[in-house]
Amino acid sequence: MLIDVHAHFLHDRTPRADWRERNASRLRAGERVGIGIHVASILGSWGATSPTYFPSLADLRYGNDWLLALQRQHPDRVRGYVAVNPNYTAESLAEIRRCLDAGMIGIKLAASRRANDALLDPVCRLAAERGVPILHHIWQHRRRDWPGQEASDARELGELAARHPRVPFLLAHLGGGGDWLPSLRDLRPLANVYVDLSGSGVDGGMLEACLDAVGVGRLLWGCDLTIETGWAKLRYLEHLLPPADLERVRWRNAAAIFPAGAFPSD
Amino acid sequence: MRTDVNAFLGSYPFRRVPGTSPDAVLAAMDRVGLDEAWVTHLPGVFWRDPTEGNAWLLETARQQPRFHPVPAVHPGLADWRDTLRAAGDAGAPAVRADPTFYGIDPAGPAMRALAAACGEAGIALSLAVRFEDGRQRHPNDGAPELPAAAVRALIRSDARVRLLVTHADRPFVEEVHFGSTPEEASRLWWDICWIWGPPEDHLQTLLRTVGAARFVLGTGQPLRLPENGGAKLDLLDLPPADRTAIESGNARALAGR
Repeated sequence: MLIDVHAHFLHDRTPRADWRERNASRLRAGERVGIGIHVASILGSWGATSPTYFPSLADLRYGNDWLLALQRQHPDRVRGYVAVNPNYTAESLAEIRRCLDAGMIGIKLAASRRANDALLDPVCRLAAERGVPILHHIWQHRRRDWPGQEASDARELGELAARHPRVPFLLAHLGGGGDWLPSLRDLRPLANVYVDLSGSGVDGGMLEACLDAVGVGRLLWGCDLTIETGWAKLRYLEHLLPPADLERVRWRNAAAIFPAGAFPSD
Repeated sequence: MRTDVNAFLGSYPFRRVPGTSPDAVLAAMDRVGLDEAWVTHLPGVFWRDPTEGNAWLLETARQQPRFHPVPAVHPGLADWRDTLRAAGDAGAPAVRADPTFYGIDPAGPAMRALAAACGEAGIALSLAVRFEDGRQRHPNDGAPELPAAAVRALIRSDARVRLLVTHADRPFVEEVHFGSTPEEASRLWWDICWIWGPPEDHLQTLLRTVGAARFVLGTGQPLRLPENGGAKLDLLDLPPADRTAIESGNARALAGR
C-alpha cells in the first residue's frame, strides 16, 4: 500500500486548458509508482476567478464539488481534503461539514491567513470534533512575505498545533521550497505535526535530517506537483529504512491520522 | 551503460550534505545503477581560484576509472588556457565554469573567449544554472543563477563550442533552444535533473518538442538524490533507443567521442 498525502487535481474552470491531461497523467503515473490512494485537494479555481491562495467561497465550493465527484468516480484511489478560506468562518465550517459528510477525509488550509491566527481556531476545533487531520501549506523558513499568499512557516504552524493537540497537522511539502532545515528544528517537539515529504526538492541529506528530527513515526509520503521526486525519495527510503519502518512512511502513519476506514487496507 | 554527467565530489559550503566522498558517490552510483559519472570538485566552485581543486579531481579520477573529471576553468585568471590544455591532456570530457560564482559576466568577453577556446580544443563546456532551489539558499549564498541569455550568447560566440547546461528547468530549455538556430541548438545538451516529470510532464513535452538527442542523464548528486534521474526516466513511455541515448549515447556525442 502506498498513500500520497499531498495530491492535487484540476478542473474545467481553472486557467489550464490541459487540465484533463494533467489529471490523467497523475493517475497514470500513480499506477506506475504504485500509489494506492491520492489524497488530494483543489484550491478553488487555481487562480481563474479568485487567487489560488485567497479563493472565493464560490470557487472553493466548485472545486470541492469537483473533487467529491472525482472521489466518487475513483473510489479505489482518490480521497479528498476539503479546502476552505478561514477568512469566512461560518461558511468554512459549513463547507467542512458538508464535504466530510459527503466522504472527504481531511481539511486543507493553504495561505489565506497566517497559521497562528485565531481565525483558524474554529476550523481546528471542528477538525478535532470530526477526527480529521489538517494539511497546511507551508513556506519553509519564510523570511519575508511572498506575493500572492499569506504563507506560514513551521513555527507558526507549531503555534496552532500547540493550541490544538488533538488535531494531527501535516506540514506541507517539506521539499516544496524554502529552507527545510529550520522547519525540522521547529517540529521536533510538536508530536501532533507530521512531515509531508512531498515537493520538487530531492536534496541529499533531507531525509536523514527528517528521521533525525521527528523519527519515522511522523513522516508521510507524498508528491504534490512532481511525482518523480516523490518516487525518488521513496526509492531512497527503501535504502535507508527496514521494511517495517518503510511501511509506516508508505501508508501506516497516514492511516493512523486519517479517520478509520478512510483507506481500503485500513 | 548509464552515465551521470552531473555529479560532484567534496563538501558543499552552505549546508551539510552526506555522501560527498569519492567512495560514497561510488556507492550511490552502485545503488542506482550508474556506471560512470562526470565529476566536479564541488568546494572549488566557491573558491577564489576554483582551479585549485583540479589537481585533486584529476588524481581522483585517475585512480577511479568510473569517474570522468570535469575540471574548472576560470577565464578571468591569467593562466586559464593552460588549465584548459591540462584538462584536455587528462582526457576530460568537459570543463566547467560557474561565472556567477566567480563574479564575472556570464556572457562577457572572458566567458566568450573560454567558449571559443573550448570549441577550438574540441572539449565541451559545462554550465550550471543553479545548485539549489533559490528559495532555500543560504542567506550568504547570493550568486545569481545563470541567465538563459548567457547560454544563447555563448552558443553563438563560437561555431564549434558544445555546451552542457545542467540544472535547467523547462522554461529555460525552451527559451534557449527556440532562441537558437537549429545548428546552434544541435551543439547544446541539457541534463534532466531539474526538469519536472508527471503530472506536469515537462520532460515528456521537451523530448517531443526539442528532441531526445539533446538530453543527457544528470543527477546533481550528492546535492540531490541520484534516484531522481531513474525515477524520471521510468515514468516515461520512452522508446528503448531514446532511453539509451539519454543514459549514455548523447553524453558520448557531447564529449565528442
